[in-house]
Amino acid sequence: MISQLIFLYCALVIISTALLAVRFHNPVYSVLSVLVLFFHIAGLYLLLNAEFLAAIQIIVYAGGILILYLFVLFLVNLRQEIKSQRFVAHHRLSTVISIILGLSLLAIIPYFKLGAKGNYPVARIEQLTHTKAIGMEIYSTFILPFELAGLILLIAVIGGLVLARNDKTDPADDVSDSAAPTISEVQE
Amino acid sequence: MIPLSWYMVLATILFSIGIYGVLVRRNIIIMFLSIELMLNAVNLNLVAMSHYLDSLRGQSFTFFIITVAAAEAAIGLGLVIVLFRNKKTVYVDHINELKG
Repeated sequence: MISQLIFLYCALVIISTALLAVRFHNPVYSVLSVLVLFFHIAGLYLLLNAEFLAAIQIIVYAGGILILYLFVLFLVNLRQEIKSQRFVAHHRLSTVISIILGLSLLAIIPYFKLGAKGNYPVARIEQLTHTKAIGMEIYSTFILPFELAGLILLIAVIGGLVLARNDKTDPADDVSDSAAPTISEVQE
Repeated sequence: MIPLSWYMVLATILFSIGIYGVLVRRNIIIMFLSIELMLNAVNLNLVAMSHYLDSLRGQSFTFFIITVAAAEAAIGLGLVIVLFRNKKTVYVDHINELKG
């Protein structure tokens, strides 16, 4: 009973903050409402006995990804953003399309059947602790995807550096070596 | 005990809101944020199903999806920075060089 109440509270907050996030004029408000949404999704993970994933959700999503979004958001012109139109020209058609998609997905749900049960019931996970259980699963069954995830993160680090590097020589703030006089010029 | 269908309905609604955000907004950063909403809807579905199936597969998948989402945010926002540096805009309907 109490868990159902917690679920309903989290669901209400998740849906309302998601709707606010896609409708706010100011993108900073959007990012902050998505922050609230991520915390409540972490609450739902706790309700599903996934403590490790709840911690990861807060650390990686709320602490990492959203901060990245906020930093990038401050690079663009927020003053102009608040004044200008926030939706594309054909937004009514897009609304209809997304409502139809959502309703058809909801209509499919009653036909869903659960598959075969696995070998990690809640009692066993509680006995092992969730972090140990998921670690055993990742480091044995999913070892190759784990290594690939590391590779993807390496590519993201290198790609982010290469993309965000400013290699255009702007005369106003040029502090690179090419602007400084070379040794031969100095000697002349 | 919460039925599984509640989680699935919530995930479906969240996914549809993400689709709505991608289709409707002009700002490319908010479109990326809507993609994060959709990824979170899928994560919620996977965690709920793995809990009700007594399995850890879905939760391992969620772990990898969070990793890929972090990489996607880094690369995507790097692309946004380059776009803003070259075009001075973050609106997707201003990027129309290939339009005939």
